[in-house]
Amino acid sequence: MSNTISRRDWLLSDAPQTRRQARLGAIYQGWLTFRSNKLAMVGLIILVLLIGMAIFAPLLAPQSPYAQDLGARLQPPSAAHWLGTDGLGRDIMSRLIHGSRITLFIVGTVALIAPIIGLFIGTVAGFAGGWVDQVLMRVTDIFLAFPKLILALAFVAALGPSIGNAVLALALTAWPPYARLARAETLTIRHADFIAAARLQGAGRLRLLIRHIWPLCVSSLIVRVALDMAGIILSAAGLGFLGLGAQPPMPEWGAMISDGRTYILDFWWVAAMPGLAIFTVSIAFNLLGDGLRDVLDPKGDKS
Amino acid sequence: MLNVKDLNVWFGQPPERVDAVKGAEFSVRQGESFGLVGESGSGKSTILRAIAGLIPTWSGDIAVDGKPLKADRRDRAFFKTVQMVFQDPYASLHPRHSVDAVLAETLRLQGMDNIDKRITKLLDDVGLGKGFRFRYPHQLSGGQRQRVAIARALAAEPRLLLLDEPTSALDVSVQAEILNLLADLRAEHGLTYVMVSHDLSVVGHMCDRLAVMQHGRIVEVMSVDALRRGAGEEDYTRHLIRASGGYQPA
Repeated sequence: MSNTISRRDWLLSDAPQTRRQARLGAIYQGWLTFRSNKLAMVGLIILVLLIGMAIFAPLLAPQSPYAQDLGARLQPPSAAHWLGTDGLGRDIMSRLIHGSRITLFIVGTVALIAPIIGLFIGTVAGFAGGWVDQVLMRVTDIFLAFPKLILALAFVAALGPSIGNAVLALALTAWPPYARLARAETLTIRHADFIAAARLQGAGRLRLLIRHIWPLCVSSLIVRVALDMAGIILSAAGLGFLGLGAQPPMPEWGAMISDGRTYILDFWWVAAMPGLAIFTVSIAFNLLGDGLRDVLDPKGDKS
Repeated sequence: MLNVKDLNVWFGQPPERVDAVKGAEFSVRQGESFGLVGESGSGKSTILRAIAGLIPTWSGDIAVDGKPLKADRRDRAFFKTVQMVFQDPYASLHPRHSVDAVLAETLRLQGMDNIDKRITKLLDDVGLGKGFRFRYPHQLSGGQRQRVAIARALAAEPRLLLLDEPTSALDVSVQAEILNLLADLRAEHGLTYVMVSHDLSVVGHMCDRLAVMQHGRIVEVMSVDALRRGAGEEDYTRHLIRASGGYQPA
């Protein structure tokens, strides 16, 4: 590559010379689109900060999240305790910072399991059609009919209460909407000419599914996952509230809210601070999802 | 090269069954360019798709190179002999695959070696330079996309090319370029064409013989000379020729 053209021009070239340049160029183009959406950038920054917070939690937290000080319980926000203390005198800010790890664990696990199951079942059902479609979609309907909390109860009864089992239960009940989405997408593309063209080259069903259909379904799934994350965080918090998810004294944000419920009228910050944290992260995911939709739209056009 | 006998193609189950093609019969000789013309919905594209194996619901006999085809299965040898170019170049390229990826996958599926060299050769053949190799479809114009689609069809080095209105989605100046490209490629590689079109002047330019279709039936098979003279034997053919008269070059 000659030095006379800038790196930006090289990336945005209309006529890339190598496979690598084309791929990097496509990524850079996506990044430019994403960056032009200011709100999505806000979401991304918040989430990067959240990840940083989770990684460096022990360094950032002023106190241990478990250290109780009954003499200083229910203190309002002050210089010593920036976000106040809870009913056992624990520093709320330290608990929030450590709690970000649990939030990320929940988000990460569900985001890994649910869409993958959904993608697989949905695309196979949509692509195969016939009785395979019928069987898979009826199974999906059955899973849709399961109330999340009841299934979580069953899981907890079988495996013991823990945040891991609760998240597993959430992931296993969260996939049906993804399966339906993936199936709907598959139905629109399975008769497309480019699928017919690949079939005429002798491409097998598995290749068509993995190389041709999945790449087109993944983008809408990613957007959907990002938009669903808020709901997943809230569901996990709800499980914590019922005592089925995070066990005390774990600083899970939802469980912290339910702790603060007792004092909510007189000591608002105990419930409000973790509530604010959940709110911020949920909004950040929604903004990110919105920006990703701009980037991942296969037509690549902004309206 | 291609023999079609008593071909019926239908969609759906009774009572909603639609018979798209009824008793079609024609044959195409090696090296010939054969046109299928008719108005929209006359079943001309359906015949191509049935030959290509994209529609499993047909009866009758289709034989390529003397070998009869089964209803829903096509073997490797078939894909190496017969390829298709689709009508809409915006729908026939995978939006996430670069030109390079499309051609490389095709060549690999067809069991070719020397893939890198072949891609360069294919792009040269269809008049696209090396600069297009790593572009994505959204970085190409309609005519360029159709050239990529033609390159993909040629990758297997087929002998019979099914052309489903390859220029109807393009604007007029690009149409001429693509038609000339197809004519050149045919001369160069000794290809046999079956070309579907609703445009008589395109068929008159490209084909040796043609079949006129109406309501799923082949009304008449005639030579292009007869078409130029306007000498259809059937009323419908004369009607069709008259209707397209305004577009025919003088």
